[in-house]
Amino acid sequence: MERHSFFRDRFVPVTTVVLAILAIWVVFVVILNAPFVRDQAARAGEQIGFWEILPKTFVQERPVLPSPHQVAGELWDSTVARPITSKRSLVYHAWITLSATLLGFAIGTVLGTLLAIGIVHNRAMDRSMMPWVIASQTIPILAIAPMIIVVLNSIGVSGLLPKALISTYLSFFPIVVGMVKGLRSPETIYLDLMHTYNASPAQIFWKLRWPAAMPYLFTSLKVAVAISLVGAIVGELPTGAVAGLGARLLSGSYYGQTVQIWAALFMAAALAAVLVSIVGLAHSAVLKRMGAKA
Amino acid sequence: MNSAYLISAIVFWLCAWGLNEWLVRQTFASDAANRAVRIFVPVLFGVAILVMWEGVTRGFNIPTILLPAPTMIWAKLTSSVPTLWADFRQTFLKAVLTGYVMGCGLGFLVAILIDRSPFLQKGLLPIGNFVSALPVVGIAPIMVMWFGFDWQSKVAVVVIMTFFPMLVNTVQGLASASEMERDLMRTYAATWWQTLVKLRLPAAGPFIFNALKINSTLALIGAIVAEFFGTPIVGMGFRISTEVGRSNVDMVWAEIAVAAVAGSAFYAVVALIERSATFWHPSVRGGQT
Repeated sequence: MERHSFFRDRFVPVTTVVLAILAIWVVFVVILNAPFVRDQAARAGEQIGFWEILPKTFVQERPVLPSPHQVAGELWDSTVARPITSKRSLVYHAWITLSATLLGFAIGTVLGTLLAIGIVHNRAMDRSMMPWVIASQTIPILAIAPMIIVVLNSIGVSGLLPKALISTYLSFFPIVVGMVKGLRSPETIYLDLMHTYNASPAQIFWKLRWPAAMPYLFTSLKVAVAISLVGAIVGELPTGAVAGLGARLLSGSYYGQTVQIWAALFMAAALAAVLVSIVGLAHSAVLKRMGAKA
Repeated sequence: MNSAYLISAIVFWLCAWGLNEWLVRQTFASDAANRAVRIFVPVLFGVAILVMWEGVTRGFNIPTILLPAPTMIWAKLTSSVPTLWADFRQTFLKAVLTGYVMGCGLGFLVAILIDRSPFLQKGLLPIGNFVSALPVVGIAPIMVMWFGFDWQSKVAVVVIMTFFPMLVNTVQGLASASEMERDLMRTYAATWWQTLVKLRLPAAGPFIFNALKINSTLALIGAIVAEFFGTPIVGMGFRISTEVGRSNVDMVWAEIAVAAVAGSAFYAVVALIERSATFWHPSVRGGQT
């Protein structure tokens, strides 16, 4: 059996691909930004050679595609160099989005788990609701986001809650589907064993079904946390929200601030990565305490 | 407050609930009757929700701007078919379908191209998995800047959103044929190409269809959200955001109904094709999806 080495099987290939992507990015910076430089030169009535264009494509104010160092610089500027309370700090905007995400994710998880418990224990609920839960996953629920915000605003609910509700709505369905599968995962022989012990339904639930559902719960939690971040960002788009990563994207696209858009995108990506890996860590911690290998 | 509506809605709800409770406990002699009950129960649940919705909005006199009654939405839907059809054509037929085919096709091709290089697979798979968890819709404003306001920019967003799930699933699917089956192909002196077409692609079928199903939802979301960032004066996302601004909530709901039906129909078509293409898979043979 061949041993897996982290360095050879993980680090080297991934780094190579990331470097290749960066290289392609830099090439495209030159290709996409060159026409603007050439235009300016033509307007000034100058002839301009390729080697004079090249450096100018990397330092434009509003490039078509910002270069990696511009994005990194903007990220540094707007996270570390500014006070966190400043409205131009990305940390501030990320926090606004993150709080909506987490609130929505928490509500969605609790509601989804409760509904799954109901579905598993009641045949009528199972038969009548499960098809709708599955069908509702195929619906572009995100389209409803602007309306929820406006409607809730008009009855006086504003701020964090409307965005959180969109996140709730999105994270709800993966949890229900995953938990129903998980709570049903114990095999018949285990259920029969519980019967021979004369276990009450509550005991069967807490000692058999709930632990058996844990791996499924965490798998759907990973999906749910990623999708609730998307929900929070999209929830900030259509209403002209003033704060949050989605608002940064929108204002960037209005004023042509490409560097700002890219910085917000990278911030969102980092946020998603952190959230998913936190859930992943919790997953392995819980499984380890339950005595599973790996 | 109009309690007659409210009471009749609640009575209907209770009757439907009772009927469902009774129906799921019955076993009928004929298979056809059992199957009919299986379909009837969720449909009745859906109808009960609609009736409840209607009763509550009328009973409490909820202003239309908050929540229009289903009958009002239906009236709006039937009276503005031309607008809805134009939006549907712009968003679904042009942006979603083109982007879906291009994104899935590209993901599939790249997966086959990197199939012979374990190095590239090891490099691309973690990145693909990572990107799948990212809020990819965020690239919408950039695509709108690059490709203009019309449907081309929406296609670009959909292509990027659908590419990575397809890539990851296809690579996993191609690896799913077992060692024994591959050895058998070797004893037949099959070439790489023959092994691919006769063994590994069919074995990858369930994975590929899984990606196709995920992508059918993602594509519609991508196109609609991309329209929030700028679009010509037609399209489902455009209609939703402007009619919200003009407080025509019934039109928004009509548009959402169209999006829901389109999304479910799209998914159903992919699921039907899956059933006939991967008829050998246990999940299909068992009669479950």
